[in-house]
Amino acid sequence: MTDTSTPLVELKDISIAFGGIKAVDHVSVDLYPGEVVGLLGHNGAGKSTLIKCLSGAYQMDSGEVLVNGQHATINNPRDARNYNIETIYQTLALADNLDAASNLFLGRELTNAMGLVDDAAMEAETRKIMGRLNPNFQKFSAPVSALSGGQRQSVAIARAVYFNARILIMDEPTAALGPQETQMVAELIDELKRQGLGIFLIDHDVHQVKALCDRAAVMKNGKLVGVVKVDEVSEDDILAMIIAGKQPEHLVA
Amino acid sequence: MTDTPAASETATSQEGAFSRFLHATELDTRLLGMLGALGAIWLGFHFYGEIVNGFGAFLTPRNLWNLSVQTASIGIMATGMVLVIVTRHIDLSVGSVLGFCAIIMGVMQVNILPMYLGLGHPMLWIIAILCGLIIGTLIGAFHGFLIAYGKIPAFIVTLGGLLVWRGAAFLVARGETISPVDPTFALLGGGPYGAVGSTGSWIVGLLGCMAVLALIVFGRRQRKNFQITQRPVWAETFLAVVGCGAVIGAVLLVNAYPWPKGIVRRYASAEGIELPPEGIFISHGFAIPVLILIAVAIVMTILMSRTRFGRYVYAIGGNPEAAELAGINTRWMTVKIFALMGFLTALSAVVASARLGSATNALGTLDELYVIAAAVIGGTSLAGGIGTIYGAILGALVMQSLQTGMVLIGFDAAIQQVVVGSVLVLAVFLDILYRRNSK
Ligand SMILES: Nc1ncnc2c1ncn2[C@@H]1O[C@H](COP(=O)(O)OP(=O)(O)O)[C@@H](O)[C@H]1O
Ligand SMILES: [Mg+2]
Repeated sequence: MTDTSTPLVELKDISIAFGGIKAVDHVSVDLYPGEVVGLLGHNGAGKSTLIKCLSGAYQMDSGEVLVNGQHATINNPRDARNYNIETIYQTLALADNLDAASNLFLGRELTNAMGLVDDAAMEAETRKIMGRLNPNFQKFSAPVSALSGGQRQSVAIARAVYFNARILIMDEPTAALGPQETQMVAELIDELKRQGLGIFLIDHDVHQVKALCDRAAVMKNGKLVGVVKVDEVSEDDILAMIIAGKQPEHLVA
Repeated sequence: MTDTPAASETATSQEGAFSRFLHATELDTRLLGMLGALGAIWLGFHFYGEIVNGFGAFLTPRNLWNLSVQTASIGIMATGMVLVIVTRHIDLSVGSVLGFCAIIMGVMQVNILPMYLGLGHPMLWIIAILCGLIIGTLIGAFHGFLIAYGKIPAFIVTLGGLLVWRGAAFLVARGETISPVDPTFALLGGGPYGAVGSTGSWIVGLLGCMAVLALIVFGRRQRKNFQITQRPVWAETFLAVVGCGAVIGAVLLVNAYPWPKGIVRRYASAEGIELPPEGIFISHGFAIPVLILIAVAIVMTILMSRTRFGRYVYAIGGNPEAAELAGINTRWMTVKIFALMGFLTALSAVVASARLGSATNALGTLDELYVIAAAVIGGTSLAGGIGTIYGAILGALVMQSLQTGMVLIGFDAAIQQVVVGSVLVLAVFLDILYRRNSK
């Protein structure tokens, strides 16, 4: 990571409150191309809320988002998509009554010359990307409610990856996955990173964060505890930050 | 099944013949169930009449033709109600909006427009209908706006609408019945003159058969292009034969119902035709309101299954939050859905008041319940996300068949209400069982 290049994303001094609860309280994080930044913290620390300000799901109360050094106006999920920001939500955000292809292309359906949705083309594309991400996936015509947790997760991942994202947000992407599938996601993250994407990865597994991320940002009670380079700290240091809410001694300048 | 590489996903060797058939034809078991129920109702009423009254009046061209006309008004609205219920809303105002639109169209063509255009002006009925359709659409859009942007539950907005528009219909006409409607307008309600006759029906039938074949051939080519599992040829052939057979059967049926003798006599003397002593057989053919319903069904089916709009309707019903996160403007969608409901209600008002030959402020009373019942009997889930256009129309046909059948065998209004109400509850219960088992 050359800190001299322009960050892909800068979240500057973001705050958002829900009825008096400061879910995110003056948090600043940035993300460079080809970098994976881990977001850690207890449940309720404000990780999902922070990334939802970037994905357009929430509108922050104050603060600024810069994309490629330029001020970015993100008022809704459509705006975020226009900045090539793709998100895998913790809840997956799938319409259970629709099949994998309809979910993958939701809001961005392929249409034919007459402007009608082209289900066959979308299914073909879905088969292609699923063949790459999860070769065992076969249930293309079933509604996603009929899929297992891991299969649903792979649909949500496919949706985020398919549309040439530059900035990828992954909110606990391996929560419903077994060890083998988790390994596949780890490989995918490495591959996307090599392609130059910037990735925010929310994950509870400190070991995994050490392995996959370049930097880790720790949050507690809506506040940013600190951002560290994972190579310069131990797993215990990160755990201490999460629990105590303080930077490790040897890193405090 | 050897012409594609992709193996079918669920076919296994121990499947029975019937489920193999279902799998190959990809027919919906729910659709078959509804057709079965409809067939049972029809046969039941017919043979009850045959045994108890000595005359089965149900399965006659005359009754089935009338049944088709009576289904049109509720059926048109039920297609719109599918969208409303799929997106987890409800519209209790359709009966009142129908009455209000009918009164507006009545006043336009009887009182207002003749002052400017003169009575019997050829544009009269067109302008009146346009006014009705625009007002219906605006009322629906207004309801949708209050629901989406005012965050008032649809139940409350349309419950209010039920009272407001019924009252408004009374105020516009001060409770008077407005008649007679324009003669061209009246044709849209059906009746001997408001049907397309034998030749017209054959043309409709031919187009229908061509559409069935085109759909099958086109679908096959599409699947081949993308290497998706094909239906076996025998299943495609079966679907083509059944589809075309149903269309031709419908044409034969409506053509088997002749004009009444009095109308033939009047028609003959007006046209200067010499009537032979045995009279002439002039077929009704498809009634115009039925053709309107068919057109609505086709357009709405395309809208729901082949457009982005329809895809978003289902997505919102399945998971509103996910739809929003996928960039769908769910509030604006709600406005559009209710506007469409309003449009279809106004179209229904055209059919209903044309059939009556007049407009009264009571027109459409209780229709909201029949429309909702039709959609729900047709498999639209009140939990949202699930529902089809053809289901709703079949549901309307089931409701209307029950009512017509009970009239024919002489049940009085009180028993009719008891039966229709019970059937609604039973249908939803069966639907819940069906869904639980197919999980
Ligand atoms: N839409 C909302 N309405 C009210 N409170 C919310 C909402 N979203 C999040 N919160 C609150 O914000 C805080 C942070 O939640 P969240 O970002 O989901 O935490 P994390 O993802 O770190 O587990 C929690 O206290 C949560 O209850
Ligand atoms: Mg979270």
